[in-house]
Amino acid sequence: MSDLPPTSPVVPRPFSWRSFGRFLGNAALESLDGGKVFYVWMICLSAVFLVGANAWAVQVRDGMALTNMSDHVSWGLYIANFTFLVGLAAGGVMMVIPAYLYHDEEMHDIVIIGELLAIAAIIMSLMFVVCDLGRPDRFWHLLPPFGRLNFPVSMLSWDVIVLNGYLFINAYICAYLLYTRYLGLTPNPRWYVPFVFLSIIWAISIHTVTAFLYCGLGGRPFWNTALLAPRFLASAFVSGPAFIVLAIQVIRQAVGRHFGDGPIRTLVNIMRITILVNLLMVVSEVFTEFYTGGAHTSSGRYLYFGLHGHTELVPWIWCSVGLVIVAAGLLLSPSVFTNPWVLNTACVLAFIGIWIEKGMGLIIPGFVPSTLHEIVEYRPSAIEWKVTAGIWALGLILYTLFIKIAAGIFLNRTKLQALPDIQPAPAPAETPSISATS
Amino acid sequence: MSSNGPTGKEGNGGTDGGGGGCGKSDCGCVSRRTVMKGVGATLGTAAFARAIAPLTEWAANISADEFLQRHYKELSLVDLNIVLRRLEKETKDDYGAEVTISDPKPQEGVKFGYALNLSVCNGCRKCAEACHIENNHDRPSHQSYIRVFEMQKGTMDMEQGNVNYDKPVPQPDKFYMPVQCQQCEHPPCVDVCPVEATWKEPDGIVVVDYNWCIGCRYCEAACPYHARRFNWTKPEIPKEEINPDQGYLSNRIRPQGTMEKCTFCLHRTRNGRLPACLEACPTGARVFGNLLDPKSEIRWVLEHKRVFILKEDLGLKPQFFYFFDS
Ligand code: SF4
Ligand code: SF4
Repeated sequence: MSDLPPTSPVVPRPFSWRSFGRFLGNAALESLDGGKVFYVWMICLSAVFLVGANAWAVQVRDGMALTNMSDHVSWGLYIANFTFLVGLAAGGVMMVIPAYLYHDEEMHDIVIIGELLAIAAIIMSLMFVVCDLGRPDRFWHLLPPFGRLNFPVSMLSWDVIVLNGYLFINAYICAYLLYTRYLGLTPNPRWYVPFVFLSIIWAISIHTVTAFLYCGLGGRPFWNTALLAPRFLASAFVSGPAFIVLAIQVIRQAVGRHFGDGPIRTLVNIMRITILVNLLMVVSEVFTEFYTGGAHTSSGRYLYFGLHGHTELVPWIWCSVGLVIVAAGLLLSPSVFTNPWVLNTACVLAFIGIWIEKGMGLIIPGFVPSTLHEIVEYRPSAIEWKVTAGIWALGLILYTLFIKIAAGIFLNRTKLQALPDIQPAPAPAETPSISATS
Repeated sequence: MSSNGPTGKEGNGGTDGGGGGCGKSDCGCVSRRTVMKGVGATLGTAAFARAIAPLTEWAANISADEFLQRHYKELSLVDLNIVLRRLEKETKDDYGAEVTISDPKPQEGVKFGYALNLSVCNGCRKCAEACHIENNHDRPSHQSYIRVFEMQKGTMDMEQGNVNYDKPVPQPDKFYMPVQCQQCEHPPCVDVCPVEATWKEPDGIVVVDYNWCIGCRYCEAACPYHARRFNWTKPEIPKEEINPDQGYLSNRIRPQGTMEKCTFCLHRTRNGRLPACLEACPTGARVFGNLLDPKSEIRWVLEHKRVFILKEDLGLKPQFFYFFDS
């Protein structure tokens, strides 16, 4: 630790892998310190995660027959969540655009909240894909040079590439920003702004490619619509900002500082538009489905009204429609800026509404009725719910830790801990360590 | 505290923290924290290990050779032989049956086609039954590559069809339409597979390498004819019912978690025999043959009967045809 001669603390430390390693160590250490609320939160999430991990292990051992998927409905809750989470990841970019394209300074300061969300959401979505595989042990078949990635023909291979790319871009940006701040340097725009712009384009691409997964299938009329990708984006730009608005408020509580009113205002303004665009697209799809009628609309009829007495999805979708409409109403009312309850309710409702719509409401009707017009319904099994809850819990664990690391560095806490790195004898009065209360 | 996902991180943090903490600890609380973290990390790791213990049981059944097996197209003849013998041994160990797994290759100048006479098919489902036995399908689920639809006379609308009919056949107001893989000329199932685990052979048969498929089921979503089946669980077949004449790309017992499909019985048809479903059909509704041979029966049918293909509008050019007697 004392291999460097004592220098003045203001001299910025140069980059080295060693100090980067120490940065990671310090960050991890920092992220695990916290108050009671924090520990209770983490322990609960960990418990849920363990249940999910166990359920997945059992599913891999005994076969996917433990899920309620079938040859008729061959994708279910996992792929539904995957789709939604890709949207959530893409939605994180709605902080990046105002911050970097419109130079919103206040947004700029906390844009990392959105970037970290993107990282956590992508990790979750990849985990959902892995949990959906019948043979996770053969995952390496996707990885060149030993595997055989069917690029560029298979849309799924595109998705694998863009999702991992997005993960790396965001991880790089966040690591760079945090590390330079930790070193006491000013981030050099040359080293990250190009990547920020890349991430904006990339965010659009991940959700577009994910939509192409479905709308490229000619045998499934419900998905085979050009509106799918734009609808994906519109809804992503509701769910992403909704989550971030809630996250900002929790973080404010946790670090005991008030910030982010301006960004919240911006995000609400974004949501006001995107939620209406989303509703408009729903209406135009519903119109096309029902006004023309015919066999290719039976999935739509199944979704909204049930088909030949099969109504499994009807409560889901109307619940979603209701939630989104109420959320839109709340977001448009002026009190959304003055009353945090209105704002928070709107965000929660919109988030859940889109989760249903972009999840179960999108995936399942693609399979009902089947391509040979058989009707087999699907309701997730207990195992599927457990795995799903487990992945969400892990995602929240990761996001909490990420945010704690970032907060520690931005509030100059981790930085102080790291000082031994250049100062062999740190001043004793430095560490009122961390006191994030939740 | 115990967070289990990032156990690795916790480990790092713990050790680092120990060092950093000692240097500047001025009270017991830092070290108590460190101790608590250590305990938490240990407990968390132990709990995690227990939670995923079923994975170890499962992994014990996958040999290193199986795990590392290359894609079918990358196997040399020698490698392939080793694989075939290994699979035979695995079948013996798992199911107690002596089987022979071969790998007949497509023949030059052959492109298989199948035609089905809807005027005579009586819906007896003998073909589906024969498929079930020939292809070593899972017994409890009564799996088969063929689904027979009971259709209302007067319409071709499949929405009015029914696969679960249980009245004696044939009913006077119905006709019957078996559906199986149409061996599309432009198979979407092949296009979507992310790992090239499924492809179209030169003789027109779309096959799956059951040892390469990762079980994503994208192909099942892409197929417009509901022709693909997933092994939701390990197939169960009593030893004495196992068909011992097996092909690597066709009817060998499929591993759990992988995709399977009709292969026109390539282990038979590439050796000059007819598909099992055709042999089982009591009405002679099925015609199978080489589309490239102008003198074949199937060519005669295509040239002389009123032929149609299912969902022609999708443009996938199936090599499975339906026809009516004129
Ligand atoms: S019928 Fe389905 S499984 Fe068979 S080749 Fe066509 S798309 Fe593939
Ligand atoms: S289930 Fe298997 S064959 Fe089908 S697309 Fe996935 S990897 Fe390919």
